[in-house]
Amino acid sequence: MSLQLDKLRITQDGREMVSLDLTVAAGEVLTLMGPSGCGKSTALAAIIGALPPAFKMTGHIHLGGKDVTNVPTFKRRMGLLFQDDVLFPHLSVGGNLGFGLPRGTPDRDARIAEALSAAGLDGMGKRDPATLSGGQRARVALMRTLLSAPHALLLDEPFSKLDAGLRDQMRAFTFAQARDLPTILVTHDIEDARAAGGRVLSVTGTSIS
Amino acid sequence: MIRAAPGLVVALMALPVAAGLAGAVLPAFGYFPALGGADFSLAPWRDLAAWPGLGSAVRLSIVTGLGATVISLAITLLIVAAWQGTRSFRVVTSLLAPLLSLPHAAAAFGLAFLIAPSGWVARALSPWATGWDRPPDLLIVNDQAGLALIAGLVLKEVPFLMLMTLAALGQTDSARRMAVARSLGYGRVMGWAKTVLPAVYRQIRLPVFAVLAYSMSVVDVALILGPTRPNTLAVQVLDWMTAPDLTLRFTASAGAVLQLLLVLGALAVWILAERIVAARGRLWAGRGARGQMLDTPLRTLVALPMAFIGLGVGLGLTGLALWSVAGLWRFPDLLPQSYGLRVWTDQSAQLVGLGRTTALLAGLSALIALVLTIAHLQAGASRLVKVIYIPLLVPQIAFLPGLSALGLWLGLDGTLGAVLAVHLVFVLPYVALSLSDPWQAWDHRAGLAASALGAGPWRVLVAVRLPMILRALCIAFAVGFATSVAQYLPTLLIGAGRVGTLTTEAVALAASGNRRLIGVWAVMQMALPMVVFALALALPALIARRRRGLKVA
Repeated sequence: MSLQLDKLRITQDGREMVSLDLTVAAGEVLTLMGPSGCGKSTALAAIIGALPPAFKMTGHIHLGGKDVTNVPTFKRRMGLLFQDDVLFPHLSVGGNLGFGLPRGTPDRDARIAEALSAAGLDGMGKRDPATLSGGQRARVALMRTLLSAPHALLLDEPFSKLDAGLRDQMRAFTFAQARDLPTILVTHDIEDARAAGGRVLSVTGTSIS
Repeated sequence: MIRAAPGLVVALMALPVAAGLAGAVLPAFGYFPALGGADFSLAPWRDLAAWPGLGSAVRLSIVTGLGATVISLAITLLIVAAWQGTRSFRVVTSLLAPLLSLPHAAAAFGLAFLIAPSGWVARALSPWATGWDRPPDLLIVNDQAGLALIAGLVLKEVPFLMLMTLAALGQTDSARRMAVARSLGYGRVMGWAKTVLPAVYRQIRLPVFAVLAYSMSVVDVALILGPTRPNTLAVQVLDWMTAPDLTLRFTASAGAVLQLLLVLGALAVWILAERIVAARGRLWAGRGARGQMLDTPLRTLVALPMAFIGLGVGLGLTGLALWSVAGLWRFPDLLPQSYGLRVWTDQSAQLVGLGRTTALLAGLSALIALVLTIAHLQAGASRLVKVIYIPLLVPQIAFLPGLSALGLWLGLDGTLGAVLAVHLVFVLPYVALSLSDPWQAWDHRAGLAASALGAGPWRVLVAVRLPMILRALCIAFAVGFATSVAQYLPTLLIGAGRVGTLTTEAVALAASGNRRLIGVWAVMQMALPMVVFALALALPALIARRRRGLKVA
């Protein structure tokens, strides 16, 4: 399974914002870096299929050899993590994890318990997400995404709102959990890029080191 | 269905109004074949002009409409300017919901009971201050100048405008504007008027227009508090509409068209006045007066109307409840000598019957309006269409008579379905107004997160968005419910006397002067929407009890 951006170009009012032509292999973490406003989040929005109508996109996106350029977000099978955890406030921790698990999955409870355990949250399935710490919530959000069995992972500055100490932990945890997936990380923090350990590019495809 | 929703909403708002207006304009010029009017003529206008009360009716419509609007707007803006951000302000705003759910008629009855010559105000002052040992022969309620009518309207319009202003404040960056003005040395009220008001007013313009149109042409409040000899124009049109002599329908139609023209004229004057005030205001703002000394006196000053509204409604409703259980109650005693439930038991069968119809109409219309609004918003209508204001801007008395004639012609008048449909025309705008802001305020990333997890549009709507805005949904439902309960004219005209509600029954009793009977019906009329409002606030709070992340403001 690999994620290929085939001559992906995004323009706004004729001005080029993003230009990427590359393939992310399974298990590779590609980092897109740049200051805020440079179009990093726009690139992610395009890859996941939620580009605001003000932008124009050309090129193709392939996931596992399939062209998903015109596939709606909910059928794309790409996991997405935001700066904030965006846990659903009306559901319990277990309910949030269950939301990610595809319907018809056997042994749902066992899978959820397993995910909780992997996140160091044994037995906390019934808890209100609002009562968890920031780091715990971030781990639940990651496990929720992984339970949906994505074929690629997109990370939109997911560590920037965590405390410095938690950040290292969460980076290690995230990259360990995502080890088999093609992953694109968007960040302005060079430490994130170093921890990811892969190529580092700008949104126009130039290499940054 | 979702794709058809915006068109459906527009049709539902515009078509009945257009059909109703056509049904008023044609007979106003003599054309109404079913009643023998086959040719166009100006006879209806000559008959209207021959009515001796016309001059005062026109004057009353203009004076009460403009008076109630100017006073309500001034009180609302002053309260917000002087008190925004304080503890007292939060207390006041928390009282808005119950005030809004109160039907106009119940508020009007409460005020009438309070200020009538035999009401609590006179009792409290008698005989020690006034020397009265029997109710004085004074025309306080139903006064010729329409002052009681204006007071009754202000009581209900201030909460409405206040709610609209609060919603507008959230979209106008008011906190930062105020911070800048205050740091430049401006007083609270002066700074608000010069920096926040221009942005806020732009947002509340249509609601202000609606208040003006409503106040000029209201029927139920005018039947309770307005002058009687002559009536207000709207009440007179209703009289002609419901008279046994069917030829009077032509005069009624001419009156309805005149009422519409008066409202349009008043709106034009208002818009002209807006321009003048805006131009003068810009000059005034540029001169830099800080007005620091104004805050304390204005705060004190505006506390008076606040107290008037709070006491007027609170004591008025208490008075209604007390009269409904009063036995013997002599003037000038402050409390009845005996109590009893006789009137309640006498009326119980009817109360239950009409209460059930009222609740059914209100529940169904609110539910349908909620579904239509959600579908409309879900279809991507990012902003509410202005069409939603049409039923609020065109006076009910101008288009409902024509609509009822249409219903008669189609054989639909007097059916529950027809009444439900016409309620929906007025319920939908309020439900949509109430839901649109919370709908927009929802964090769209939750939807994107759910999509990325594999949830399709329906699942995002049903399993994520709606549960997250549950509180707003419940409140919108309650607003719609209260709006339906309060409808008098639509129920009366489209129900054709065969569909009655608590409101039509209560208002019909206005002329009877039977305080105990009015008390019973008015209490029922106000209790029903209040119970629903209480449930609408309690239910989400109960569900959100174990979910701190759900906003319970």
